[in-house]
Amino acid sequence: MDPIHQFQINPIVPFSLGGLDVSFTNSSLAMAVVFVLAWYIMVVGTRRAAIVPNRMQSLAEMLYEFVSSLVQENAGRKARPYFPLVFSIFIFVLFGNLVGLVPGMFTYTSHIIVTFALGMMVIIFVTVLGITLHGVHFFSLFMPPGAPIWLAPVVVPIEIISYFIRPISLGVRLFANMMAGHTMLKVFAGFVILMASGMGKIGYLAGIAPIVINIALTGFEIMVAILQAYVFSILTCLYIHDAVELH
Amino acid sequence: MEILAKNLGAAIAIMPLLGVGIALGNIFSTAISTIGRNPGARDVVFPITILGFAMTEAVALFALLVSFLMLFG
Repeated sequence: MDPIHQFQINPIVPFSLGGLDVSFTNSSLAMAVVFVLAWYIMVVGTRRAAIVPNRMQSLAEMLYEFVSSLVQENAGRKARPYFPLVFSIFIFVLFGNLVGLVPGMFTYTSHIIVTFALGMMVIIFVTVLGITLHGVHFFSLFMPPGAPIWLAPVVVPIEIISYFIRPISLGVRLFANMMAGHTMLKVFAGFVILMASGMGKIGYLAGIAPIVINIALTGFEIMVAILQAYVFSILTCLYIHDAVELH
Repeated sequence: MEILAKNLGAAIAIMPLLGVGIALGNIFSTAISTIGRNPGARDVVFPITILGFAMTEAVALFALLVSFLMLFG
């Protein structure tokens, strides 16, 4: 009945490397499933590419074109070389969210360490990219253009803080969305048991109501899963845009 | 007494939902009236609406997170 029991990480193949716990867990299993799934859709889907695509090929093309236009519109033309990064992040997050919705599967995006590592990776990449492209000029990012110079002591610290908050907000947004959604599903599933055990015979009938809500919530969760992958990659694009174009 | 305080704290922690509700209504009402006035702007307005929705929803989820931490943490 504990709604957060589902987020427990259990080792499947316990393994320790010099005192460090590197077991193959249910989280790793979900990531491996996502990897195989993405590989299958991308490689097998485009192996026998035809002008008139079959189902698998059009799925692969849809994903590719969606992210491609996302990068084009939000990061600009100069950000084209960084498309593979955004595409990988999008696929990893989207498939992770969707695979987690399969009953019994583990949602690795509902763990803050995974999402925070992703966000941190994006921010470190963007910072290194900006400094290699623009050198010291990159730090003009912290002074918005058009702001009067006497505002600099106020604006610059705010901009610097908001820059360093980015990986946290990026990670916590995805993590909180997935965790809250899955907890909500489990809470409503718990209501069914509560009603059946608390109200006797009528409870079996009354238990239908939470199940109906749960079905609707599952649909909502599928939307959230896709939306959060979209938001994560759109924000990655905006940060890359910041680094490439400086404003 | 301690359980009461815990539950009360968790309830108070989701008070930001008030602001988030107002904000979400505002976002979508603005988007609807924009698309209503200029249906051609739909392709431009819709992604920004969704982005704003996700950003605002995140605030509610942060509050929910704090509430969960109080209840189960």
